Amino acid sequence: MRGLDGRGRGRGEGGPPERVGSQLQLTAVGREVRLPSGDLLEVLSGIDLTIGAGEHVSIVGRSGSGKSTLLNVLGLLDAPTSGEYLLDGQPTDRLRGRRRARLRGECFGFVFQQFNLLPRRTAVENVAAPLLYARGREFLGRTRRALEVLDQVGLAARADQVPERLSGGEQQRVAIARALVRRPRVVLADEPTGALDVETGQAVMALLAEATAAQGAALVTITHDLAVAALADRRLRLDHGRLTPMDAEAPGARTAEVVA
Amino acid sequence: MTGLIGVFVEAWGEVRVHKARVVLSLVGVFLAVFAMTSVTGLGLIVAQVQQEQSERSTGRSATIQLSGFDQTTGAPAPAAEWDAAVGQLLDRYGVEAYATVAYRDALFRLPGGTQQLQVQQVSPSYGPLHRLQPVQGRWFREGDRTSLSPTLVVNEFFLDMLGGGDLTAPRTVVLGGARPVTATVVGVLRDGYRSPTVYRIDHTGLDDARATAAADQAAMMYGPPSVELWVPSAQVDEVMAALQADLPLLLPGISANVYRADDPSLEGTIDTLRLAVRAVGAVALLLGGLGVFNVGLMAVRQRIREIGIRRSFGATSARVFGAIMLESVVATVLAGLAAVALAVAVVDNLPIADLFNDGVPIADLPGFPVEAAVEGLLAAAGVGALAGLLPALLAVRVKVIDAIRF
Ligand SMILES: Nc1ncnc2c1ncn2[C@@H]1O[C@H](COP(=O)(O)OP(=O)(O)O)[C@@H](O)[C@H]1O
Ligand SMILES: [Mg+2]
Repeated sequence: MRGLDGRGRGRGEGGPPERVGSQLQLTAVGREVRLPSGDLLEVLSGIDLTIGAGEHVSIVGRSGSGKSTLLNVLGLLDAPTSGEYLLDGQPTDRLRGRRRARLRGECFGFVFQQFNLLPRRTAVENVAAPLLYARGREFLGRTRRALEVLDQVGLAARADQVPERLSGGEQQRVAIARALVRRPRVVLADEPTGALDVETGQAVMALLAEATAAQGAALVTITHDLAVAALADRRLRLDHGRLTPMDAEAPGARTAEVVA
Repeated sequence: MTGLIGVFVEAWGEVRVHKARVVLSLVGVFLAVFAMTSVTGLGLIVAQVQQEQSERSTGRSATIQLSGFDQTTGAPAPAAEWDAAVGQLLDRYGVEAYATVAYRDALFRLPGGTQQLQVQQVSPSYGPLHRLQPVQGRWFREGDRTSLSPTLVVNEFFLDMLGGGDLTAPRTVVLGGARPVTATVVGVLRDGYRSPTVYRIDHTGLDDARATAAADQAAMMYGPPSVELWVPSAQVDEVMAALQADLPLLLPGISANVYRADDPSLEGTIDTLRLAVRAVGAVALLLGGLGVFNVGLMAVRQRIREIGIRRSFGATSARVFGAIMLESVVATVLAGLAAVALAVAVVDNLPIADLFNDGVPIADLPGFPVEAAVEGLLAAAGVGALAGLLPALLAVRVKVIDAIRF
């Protein structure tokens, strides 16, 4: 396991993320989209964000504030239209096609609100799916590795079930296992509890935080559930495409204190 | 390396998971490949039958007929000298497949009375060259030349004239004339004719000793005995010219009569038939391909989200393209295999002779043409690739964020 070893985690100490080395760095990032009417819509603007290794960051914000867009930019699914995004100190704006896809697969794991499991594939096939795009031993050992991660999320017994026969909470746990199966450095979760009832959501979120921490991966969670946000080392708020620290704000600070 | 395996694993997984859809789209390909392969296979067989039918009367492609006659008297060349000269020429041109044939008349003492019938006196090699295969008994062999009782091979109509029944043992018939001789029927042919056909082994010692007068008379009626040479089509003209020039040198006073016996246009006709058969098959396949294409396109639309998800795992465009494409090819090839197998089974079990040859057995009834089977498979793979192309291109263009946006 690569998890709780020398790399350590900045979690819970409130120290600056730079202490453990930054992995993702956005500087003055903006993202504009052209609407069908021809107008430009500024979805993100002036985003400065640094995420360190193993750090857990949560981003809250109203619906439509640009959270998913930000997450997609971070995960190389989308690209900024202005500003700079450094991944491990390397600019990402020149990354295209194949290399971009490879890097995405190697560095990131995604967890979506709608689970997005591949229908009609068993849990273990779903978890192993990202390893189809890996090479060498990682590819060849994909089923064993998938079972191992399924065990970590407590679903070893349901490995052969198809998603259609799993509960929402179970599906999301499969999705978490799938996000972790390639040992990504960053897990990006877009409202991972949004489709679950409160209790299940809490449990799943706790599992996500724990399993990610166990692998030493950073975690960026988008949520509009403050209790979920409270689990993070650092809480940010996205408002009309602009990012601000949440702890400065009264309601967020209060929740954080309650949970902490 | 593992990347390549990965593409296959992925495509196989897709085929497996989407069985129902795959099967549905493949019904079209299956039917098309089946239609194409069986039509092509059958067509090639029929072409073969056609060719055989024609070859039975005129000889295989290309057959040259050679005869010689005295320029002044019009009588055939003396048998011994003729044989020697022709033998020399055949050696010189390296012709190994040849047969002799002469037309004669003979009196047959049949149960219904004595009849004069035309007889073809042929060498044993005449049978293979004309694809003659008895349905009962056997064709002539070299040993028949020395038999004291001339051997005959007749058609079924003649056998009926002889009293019918089967040829369980050799049957005899008396050939009349001044000095009657008992001939033995050793084989029966099925040619479908409503008139007698009689072949007699050529050149027995008996003939040479006594039949010159009769032979001369027959030659006036039917022309001199001739030799049939079987040569590759490409060499026909060359060999004919050589024969024409060389024979008079070996046999002074004798002029050579050389012509091509088989129908040179037959090859062209049969090629046209084959082409037409192929065209029909291709159209059938095209229609099947349209089906796969249609379903493939629909499938990609349904799977846009799935493609987006795979993209988020790091699937490259090449992989997305490859997976959709290969899925299409893997599936159509499987369908093609099944279709070809069925086509072979069906065509091999058709009563070809009854359907296309008046029940006359086909000498070289070809097995299912391998080319038709291979063609069927290749066509299936091609259709799969073609039908997968557009859906695959479409899949590559799927915008990940749009695909996974809910
Ligand atoms: N490609 C696009 N075309 C048009 N509008 C877009 C596009 N991407 C995002 N938007 C708009 O940008 C805003 C932010 O979107 P999103 O990042 O999904 O917000 P959130 O996840 O916070 O709800 C929304 O108003 C959305 O409609
Ligand atoms: Mg969103």
